[in-house]
Amino acid sequence: MSPGSELRILRTEALGELFSRLTASGHRLLAPVRRDGRVEFAEVGSPQEVALDYIQTNTSAKTAVFPRYEPLLRFRLRGKNADVQELPPDTRPTVLFGVHPCDAASLATLKAVFTWDSPDPYFERRLEQLTVVGLSCTRGDAYCFCTSVGGGPGDTRGSDVLLTPLDGDRFLVEILTDKGRALAAAAPQLFALANGEQKENRLAKIAPRFRLEQVAPRLPKLFDRTEVWVEQSLRCLGCGACAFVCPTCSCFDIQDERQRYDSVRLRCWDSCGFKLFTLHASGHNPRTRQSERWRQRIMHKFSYQPERLQVLGCVGCGRCSRACPVDMNLAEHMQALAEMSP
Amino acid sequence: MAAFEPKIVAFVCNWCTYAGADLTGTSRIKYAPNVRMIRLPCTGRIDFMLILQAFGQGADGVIVSGCHPGDCHYTAGNYHARRRWILFRRLLDFLGVDLRRIHFAWVSAAEGAKWAELVNEVAATIRELGPYDTFPKRLACRPEAVEVA
Amino acid sequence: MEALQNKARALLEAGTVQVVIGYAAGSDPERVRAVFVRRPEQASQLIFDARCRQNLATYLLKPEVRALGRPTLVCVPGTLRALLQYGVENQLTDEAVLALVVTDGSVTELPRFAAMEEYLAGLPRGLTPQQQAELDRIDGLTPAERWAFWSAELQRCVKCYACRAACPLCYCARCITDVNQPQWIPVSSDPLGNLEWNIVRAMHLAGRCVDCGSCADACPEGIRIDLLNRVLAREALQQFGAEPGFSLRKEYALATFKPDDKEEFIR
Repeated sequence: MSPGSELRILRTEALGELFSRLTASGHRLLAPVRRDGRVEFAEVGSPQEVALDYIQTNTSAKTAVFPRYEPLLRFRLRGKNADVQELPPDTRPTVLFGVHPCDAASLATLKAVFTWDSPDPYFERRLEQLTVVGLSCTRGDAYCFCTSVGGGPGDTRGSDVLLTPLDGDRFLVEILTDKGRALAAAAPQLFALANGEQKENRLAKIAPRFRLEQVAPRLPKLFDRTEVWVEQSLRCLGCGACAFVCPTCSCFDIQDERQRYDSVRLRCWDSCGFKLFTLHASGHNPRTRQSERWRQRIMHKFSYQPERLQVLGCVGCGRCSRACPVDMNLAEHMQALAEMSP
Repeated sequence: MAAFEPKIVAFVCNWCTYAGADLTGTSRIKYAPNVRMIRLPCTGRIDFMLILQAFGQGADGVIVSGCHPGDCHYTAGNYHARRRWILFRRLLDFLGVDLRRIHFAWVSAAEGAKWAELVNEVAATIRELGPYDTFPKRLACRPEAVEVA
Repeated sequence: MEALQNKARALLEAGTVQVVIGYAAGSDPERVRAVFVRRPEQASQLIFDARCRQNLATYLLKPEVRALGRPTLVCVPGTLRALLQYGVENQLTDEAVLALVVTDGSVTELPRFAAMEEYLAGLPRGLTPQQQAELDRIDGLTPAERWAFWSAELQRCVKCYACRAACPLCYCARCITDVNQPQWIPVSSDPLGNLEWNIVRAMHLAGRCVDCGSCADACPEGIRIDLLNRVLAREALQQFGAEPGFSLRKEYALATFKPDDKEEFIR
C-alpha cells in the first residue's frame, strides 16, 4: 500500500448512498456504462448503471479533462471591432468513478503536456475539479500491457481513491490524496476500517510483453532505420482511431467556425496519423509516408515525451490495439523492436 | 412574442427560376417574404452540401428549383441534379431528416405565378411545422453557450 | 489454406509477383490482419476463412505497397469489385494485379479484369435476406424514430476517418474534409460535423460503393455506417441500374442521366 494512504472497507451496497451524497453535493458522476455490447464512460445517477466488471472501455475517460471538442471563444464582428467572449469550461465538480489504474495514470501524461510551458487553463480547471476513484483490475485480456510500461492492475498513480474488489460484496479502499479524503468525508460512515485485507492476490496477472528499458534506449538510433518503420506500418491505414481512443494522446487542432459576423474558436482532437497533420502552409509535408507517421507515434510516446517531459506517453491500456481496424498491435510492435538485433 | 416566421433558403438556377421569380415581382404578385434566394448558374451546380449548409446555419426549410427537364440552359445540368436529388433525398429520409422541409421544383422563367404559389405553400408548410430545432446547427449559429463533448 | 500458401510460394519463387497481399492470423482468435508476403518461406502465414473480410484493394494505392513490386491480392468478392471499379475509374491498369480467389480450399487465379468480371458474374447478387431485413427495419420506423436512432449512432462518431481509410473507393488525394477554404465539414466531432461527414461519405460513394462492409468493420465505435452506403446502393440500382464493380462499363450513376429518369417529388 502507498505510504500516507488510509485503508478502508466499502460495501458494494453502500455505493448507492455514496452516489446520492455526491450528486446531492453537486458532483457530476462519470462511470463506465454497458450499452449494446460496449462499455463507455457516461454520466450516471446510480450505481446500478455502472459496469464494475469490465476489462476496458472503448474510448478513454480523457474527455473529462480534454473533451472531443471544446469551444474556447466566441467573437462577433461589429464594424471594425470585434467583441470577444471567452467561453469558460464546464467546471462542475466531477467524480470519475471506476477507471482502471492505467487510465488514472494517464492523467499525469496529459498534465505534463498541458502544463509544460504555458499552463492550459481549460485543462487545469477541469483537472482541479476532478476526483478520480480508480478500480483495480481483477481481469485483463491479451491487449493489456500496463506492466510493460511501469504500471499495474493495482497501481495507485493518478487515483485519489483506489477500490479493489474483495469477495464480491466489498471493496478494499485506499484513500490516497486530499481529494480522496474529501470524497470519503462526504459519507464517512460508509467507510469502515480495514482489517489487514490485502489487494495483491485479487489483482489480475498481467505478464509483461516487453521491457521498456530494453526498447526505449534503442529508439533514437532506430529513427533512421526506415525499413523497420515501413515494415511495421505496411498495413496501417492512417486513420485516427488509435489516437482518439488513447488516454494519453493529446494533440489537438484549433478551428474557427465562422459565420458572417459570429464565429466560434474551438479546439478538437487531432491525430498525428493523418497525412494532413504535418502539412505546412507552404505545401511541404515532412511526413508524407505512413511509415514516418507510425515512427512518430512510437517515438513521441516512448522517446520524446520521456526525454522532454519526464513522462511516458503510454499507459498500456491496449485500446489502440483493440480499436485498430487493421490490428496494429502496439505491444507486439514494441516487442519486435526489443527483440531486433542491433 | 412574435409569431414564428420560417427562414427558407431557396437555391435557384439563374436562367429559369431566378428569372421566373423576377417575373413574379414585375407582375406585382405578392407572396410570402420568408425566402432568401441563392442564385446559381444551374441546378447542376447545386451540391447537396449546400443544402446541408442551409440547415446547419439555421434554415427551417429549403427550396431547390431550376429549369424543366429538357430546357436547361446548359443542356443537361438539371438532369444531373435530378439524379443527385433522388439519391440525396433517399438518404435524408433514411436518416430521419424531415422531408417536409425540403422542396424541389421546376419553375421556368415564364412561371412567375408558379413561383409565388410554391413559396406560399412551402412557407405555410414550414410555418406549421415550426422551427427546425432538431437539425444540428453550426456552433457559431447556436446562441447559447455551447456545450462540449 | 494449404493451396493458397502453395500458390503464393510458387508465384514468389517464379518471380511472377513480388508481393502477396493476403490475410494472416491476428492478435486474437477473432481477428485477422493484412499481411504482405515477399519471401516464399513467409507464405505459411497466409490464411483464408470467414474472418477475412477487409477489402485489401485499398493497399494497392498506398505508395509504400506499390514500392514492393507487382502484387497478387487475396480477394473476397468486394475486393474484386473494387479492382474492377478501379479499372473503371482509371486507378488501375489491366493485369497490374493478379487476383487470387479461394473457394472451398482451392485457389483460382484471375489475372485480368475480364476474368474478374466473369467470376463475379457467377456469384449471387443483391442484398442478402439479413441485409434486406436490416434496411427494412429502419425504413419501417417513423421519421422521428429514424432520426433518434441515427442521432444516437452518429453521436458516437469521433471523426477518426477509419471508414474513409478502410474504404478502397475513398482515395481522393485531398478529401473534402481536408479542404479548409471553405471548411465544408466541421472538423470536430460535434452533431453537425458527424452528420455531415457521414452524409458526404455516403453520397460521394453512391453508385461507386462495392458493398464490402470494410467501413463498418473499421469503425472503432461500431456504428453501422454500412447501412447508409447500402441504402444508397440499393436506390442507385433500382433507379439507375447502377452495379458498380461488376463490369468495366463506365457508367457512374451521378455522371450520367436519362431524360426520363423518374421521380415523384419534384413539382
